[in-house]
Formats: sequence, structure tokens, C-alpha cells
Amino acid sequence: MKIEIDVNNSLHEVTIEANTLLVTVLREHLQLTGAHVGCDTSQCGACTVHLDGRAVKSCAILAIQVADSKVVTIEGIGEVGNLHPMQSAFREHHALQCGFCTPGMIMQAIDLVAHEENLDREKIREGLEGNLCRCTGYHNIVSAIESVAYKA
Amino acid sequence: MYSFDYHKPITLDQALELFKGADDPIFLAGGMTLIPTMKQRLAAPTDVIDLSELGELRGISLSDKGMSIGALTTHNEVASNALVQQHLPVLAQLAATIGDNQVRNRGTIGGSLANSDPAADYPAALIGLGGTVVTQSRSIAGDDFFLDLFETALQPCELITRIEFPLPDRAAYAKFRNQASGYAVVGALVADFQGKIRVGITGAGPCACRAIGIENELMQNLSVDVLDHVEVPDVGFNSDIHASAEYRAHLVKVLTKRALKELLSQNN
Ligand code: FES
Ligand code: FES
Repeated sequence: MKIEIDVNNSLHEVTIEANTLLVTVLREHLQLTGAHVGCDTSQCGACTVHLDGRAVKSCAILAIQVADSKVVTIEGIGEVGNLHPMQSAFREHHALQCGFCTPGMIMQAIDLVAHEENLDREKIREGLEGNLCRCTGYHNIVSAIESVAYKA
Repeated sequence: MYSFDYHKPITLDQALELFKGADDPIFLAGGMTLIPTMKQRLAAPTDVIDLSELGELRGISLSDKGMSIGALTTHNEVASNALVQQHLPVLAQLAATIGDNQVRNRGTIGGSLANSDPAADYPAALIGLGGTVVTQSRSIAGDDFFLDLFETALQPCELITRIEFPLPDRAAYAKFRNQASGYAVVGALVADFQGKIRVGITGAGPCACRAIGIENELMQNLSVDVLDHVEVPDVGFNSDIHASAEYRAHLVKVLTKRALKELLSQNN
């Protein structure tokens, strides 16, 4: 079937099956490969994108469910030379090593800063519960998010 | 995932009609359990009926009967709602500890209750607060709602529309999280309704239940110490790689104490 889906502020027509996942449409139909599939079992958060402004796991949502919603991926928040403040913060604080978890971490971090009051290091750690990183040990990720939260 | 037909009705009646007309249909709310289950091929419905457009399943309101919460309300909506925070803070706090942020942005209270996962948090609230599940055709007392592992009193074509919670004078929830999944190994919600105490337990047995023995002790003497002498039998409790039945029985006591301690610290 054909659906229209709003990704990064532009409408795309895609042909999918009812059981096609959102992350599959993003990565394979739209070539937006920033959202990663780390686990495919709702645990790692590498596939995190924004759906109507909130962080969600795109591996646990059917593409057809979001036909009337707005999806924003890591590609939609900034670009080389014009990074989103959260991207810059991750860079400055050395908050990534291999980078696999980073798109999901950043989308989650933006949701946290926008919706959580009085973020401190502990709340940030709690907020990252749904995102796994195999490299950094989280310390610098927390510092990066903290730096943006304080500026906000 | 096996293939299926997808429907997005815009009225409750349409949703029920679709359900009746299909071979092996299933309702989809937030999908945080259903979609992973379908991906693992543990569920293979012929028709998926997405409820997200049903406005009558949304909204939070306060009346003299208490707090009414639409079935499609997400965990983060409950956690951040000003009415809930003010009049039923224990529910906002409980909702804020479910799963992780991404799951709280999608998962719904109706979906969680209908699923009757033995390790879910909301069942402890439904039982501990003595809430009522309202469907398109009737009201089901929380005490009668959970029947067994993943089994509730809902009929196949019965849909939760909202949940009503009476407002306690004070209440608190404590849970012991599984280190890996964050699910409640055991959770206890203790509520005080003008001296009438209710204790809802999740995680210990096949489905959430009241701890009537503990309630009776506490109604005679509302103190943490009284629980030292209470025996919690582990008969019928779950035993798995996460915890033995004996350990769960121990946790019931410990967590009830923690919740009670917190409850007693609140101003009446
Ligand atoms: S790929 Fe979606 S949570 Fe891991
Ligand atoms: S930077 Fe490698 S997984 Fe996080």
C-alpha cells in the first residue's frame, strides 16, 4: 500500500506493507540511515527518533501508524557546519567513540532537556535508561547533556 | 512479523465492528508490548485495529468519584499531568518509573492493564487504589479485573475506555526493579482511605493482587514495625531466574514497608 509520511518536514510517499516498521522505512526507503538498529528488541534505543516531538523507538512502531504524524530523525536536526546544540555538546565533551548509539542518544537527550525539569546528572542517567552505549561508559554523554540543560 | 490487515477506525463503534468481523483480530494501543511480541512471532493476529484515533479513549478529568483517565493516556502524560500530580501524586510517580522514556511516550494505561503482565506497575495501582476499569459496556472493579498471567476479566471484544481511581488521603508506591529490564520484580502500593488501608502487590504472583493479611494488620496498627511480625506465605508466587518465590515473598514485606514509611511521612 502507499502512504504519505512526514519526515524531517517533508512529505514522502512510500510503498509499504502493513507490517513494515518505521525504522525500515527511514533506513531502507528514505535512506535516512542515522537511526540505527542495535537490537531490534526495544532495548538499545539506537533507533530513537522523534514522533510529534517525543522520543520513541522506531523499531517498535509500524510505519503505517505514523502516517498522520511528524517524524524527525537525527538528519533533521542539524548538518555539518550547522550542528544542533546537542550535537555540538556531544562533540565538545567527547561523548561518542564508535558513534553507533549517538543518533539515538542525541534524540533522547533533546527530548529530556525539553520535557524534564531540573535535570541533574542523576536524572539524566535515569532518562537514558532506554539507551545503551557499549563504548563510553556514559560519563561524557551525561556531561554533554548537562551542559545543554544548563544553558537551556 | 507475519502479515496482517491494518485498520484505523475513527469511532469506538467502528472499532468494535471491525473486531467482530475479523478472524483473529487484536486491538493496538501504544504497541510497546504488542509490536515486539508480533516481531518475535509470538502473536500472529489476522487484523490489527489501531485505536489511536478514538478520541473517546483520551482525556484526564476529576469528578466527585475521583480521577478518570482515558485508556489511551500515555505513561508520560499521566506522569506530567497537573491534575494527577496534584490529586493523585502516587499515580504520577508510579507512571514516571515505568519502562524507559521512549516507552513512556508511547505505552498507555489501558494497554498495560489489558495486558496483565505480572511485572507491570499499573496493576498495583488499580488494585491498591481500588480503581475501576470502565469498558464500552460495563464497569469492572479492580479487585475482579486480573484473573491470571496475561489474563483479565475482559471479554474478547471488550475495550477499556477509561480507568477511574478514587482519591486516597495518602498513598505511596515502592518497587524493586530488575537490574536489566527495569520491570518490577515486586512492587507494592499502599493507600490510606480515612483509615481503611489497601495494599496492591504486583510482580509476586501470576497477576496483581491485594495483600489482605497485611491490610488487616495495618488497619489495627498503622506502623512499619507491625509488618515485622507478619508472615507472607510464598504459595503461588512466581519463581524464575530473577527471583525465587521465597525471595518475592520477602520483597512483598520489604516493599510494603518502604511504601508505608513514605506514606507515613506524607501529611494527611
Ligand atoms: S533497535 Fe530499536 S531499541 Fe534497539
Ligand atoms: S559510542 Fe559506541 S556505542 Fe556508544
